[in-house]
Amino acid sequence: MLSLLSRFLQMLFVLWVVATILFFLFRLMPGDPTVAYIDTNFNEEQVRQLKKSFGLDQPLHVQYVLYLGNLAVGEFGNSFHQKQPVLKILLSVLPNTIILTLSSLIIAYAFGSLAGAWLAWRRGTWIEGVMIPLVLTLRAAPEFWLGMVLLSIFGFQLGWFPSGGANSAGALYTSEWQRITSADFLRHLVLPAATLALYLQGLPLLLMRSNMLDVMSEDFITMARMKGLSTRAIVLRHAARNALLPVATAFALGFGASIGGNVVIETVFSWPGLGRLLVSAVAASDYPIAQGAFFIISVVLVVMNFVADLLYSALDPRVSHARRG
Amino acid sequence: MRDAVEPVQRQRTRFVAAIAPILAPLRDPFAATGVTIYIVFVLIAIFALSLVSHDPLEILFNDDGRLVAGEGPSRQHLLGTTTLGRDIFSQLVIGTRAALYVGLTAAVVVALIGTVVGLVSGYFGGWPDAVLMRLADVALGIPFLPFVILMAGFRGPRTSNIILGIALLLWPNTARVIRAQVLSVRERAFVEAARVTGASTWRILFVHVAPNILPLSFLYGSIAVGWAILTEASIAFLGFGPSNQVSWGSMLQDAYASQALSRGDYHWFVPPGLCIVLVVVAGFFVSRGYETILFPKLKD
Repeated sequence: MLSLLSRFLQMLFVLWVVATILFFLFRLMPGDPTVAYIDTNFNEEQVRQLKKSFGLDQPLHVQYVLYLGNLAVGEFGNSFHQKQPVLKILLSVLPNTIILTLSSLIIAYAFGSLAGAWLAWRRGTWIEGVMIPLVLTLRAAPEFWLGMVLLSIFGFQLGWFPSGGANSAGALYTSEWQRITSADFLRHLVLPAATLALYLQGLPLLLMRSNMLDVMSEDFITMARMKGLSTRAIVLRHAARNALLPVATAFALGFGASIGGNVVIETVFSWPGLGRLLVSAVAASDYPIAQGAFFIISVVLVVMNFVADLLYSALDPRVSHARRG
Repeated sequence: MRDAVEPVQRQRTRFVAAIAPILAPLRDPFAATGVTIYIVFVLIAIFALSLVSHDPLEILFNDDGRLVAGEGPSRQHLLGTTTLGRDIFSQLVIGTRAALYVGLTAAVVVALIGTVVGLVSGYFGGWPDAVLMRLADVALGIPFLPFVILMAGFRGPRTSNIILGIALLLWPNTARVIRAQVLSVRERAFVEAARVTGASTWRILFVHVAPNILPLSFLYGSIAVGWAILTEASIAFLGFGPSNQVSWGSMLQDAYASQALSRGDYHWFVPPGLCIVLVVVAGFFVSRGYETILFPKLKD
């Protein structure tokens, strides 16, 4: 219980440091952040008023305290270009990113752990000799390039899937739920999710395989063998269950990391998500959006790291005792 | 009497002893393949200027003054030309330099920071350990690619900013593993012996402990090469790379922005991706070689 609390405090500490780094990163940016707002025919008084309305006339430490307070309540300010609250813009694209990340992770981890267990079982055969280099090669391929190749073949040449976006232009939906469950949305989702899944499957596959090899040499498996259980029963019921624990942890870590890593995939497929928002905001010097998107991605990453840590000790009781020599 | 000759000899054997575990993994077929790929690309990078058929950024015209744009592969242009009339093969060859430069520089920096932090943290323990490991937590809590985007997007689209961004966030994995290794090495008899003979702390750390964790640094360094190259390519693809430099990532961005995908110009956007795959996979293969030697249990 105490260790849980200390882990939680540690998470808050990391978030605070990340927020602070973000503050200085944006404050030390070249150029005046209000440039986007200032009209050429503004007089000095108007410029001063504008800076005051942003709190930019305050000393740095006051700005910092204001900034932390605002972050804590989800107040990210207004976009320079879209003249809308950043939070509103972020929340409107968040479902797209979460759905893309989750669906690709689920496909990748379901396939990866099955294939990994199978490869461990068939170890030493030619299948292993072909599969391992193939998996390593897929992991080495830049995701955005995989996406470009798939998009060119299945989107443009064969015309099986739309070439970008999350919904067809002009489609109207009464609710967010209706939008994301529409056939149109799912058709748009296939290619980016498949690309990400292809890229992500390597980690669970290799992890599952090496865990299986480890577990298969443990005493309780020998015991099961001596009881005369079939290989299938041993592999599925005894070995795979135990080998899955670290894969579950990796899933949580993978979710945190993918939210930020999706940036390039979202750009290739013009997928309206957090990552693409971040890229276009940085390119257009829309600081509030860039800052907000970056912070949300960080929060997801840090929270998922925390969840992975909890899963790790919750799923495997040996960890909490054996930790630290 | 013997003391006069011994130091030189001792130094040589120590050098050999330090180098041996680094070279040993190359006997692994995977690692040997990886190193071969590296050597080929390094040679291409060195002799790039004699291998290219055209200036990679020059806009080419026919004899009759027509732009040589969007052409397919031919004898003159092995991989065809871009929509702006630039030779794709030449860009591919020159792009090797950017990839290797970023990959190797970033890997050295990452391995160096990771090793020093891991050594100090593991050997001294106490508050230096606490501070460094919290710093590692923070670095792991910052989203990697978005951070490098901010570095390149706001600090200027320069290669040095991309490398800085990679180095600032990628060291903790190396540091943690090396720290764990140092924790076990420092309890061994030979370190105790050095301590008893009055060797200074730094001497013990860098002369006695460090050689034992060097293969681990190389393992993580070889993984970092791939990460750095992938990151550089992604950043260039997103348009935050240096604009006056041809890299595989910038070629892919150019192809993407010029609608090469809808025209099916595979000769344009497939080769740069394949090159990235080859270099990165070479890093994976080399690291696998180290793993099988370092952790024989994994070997199957």
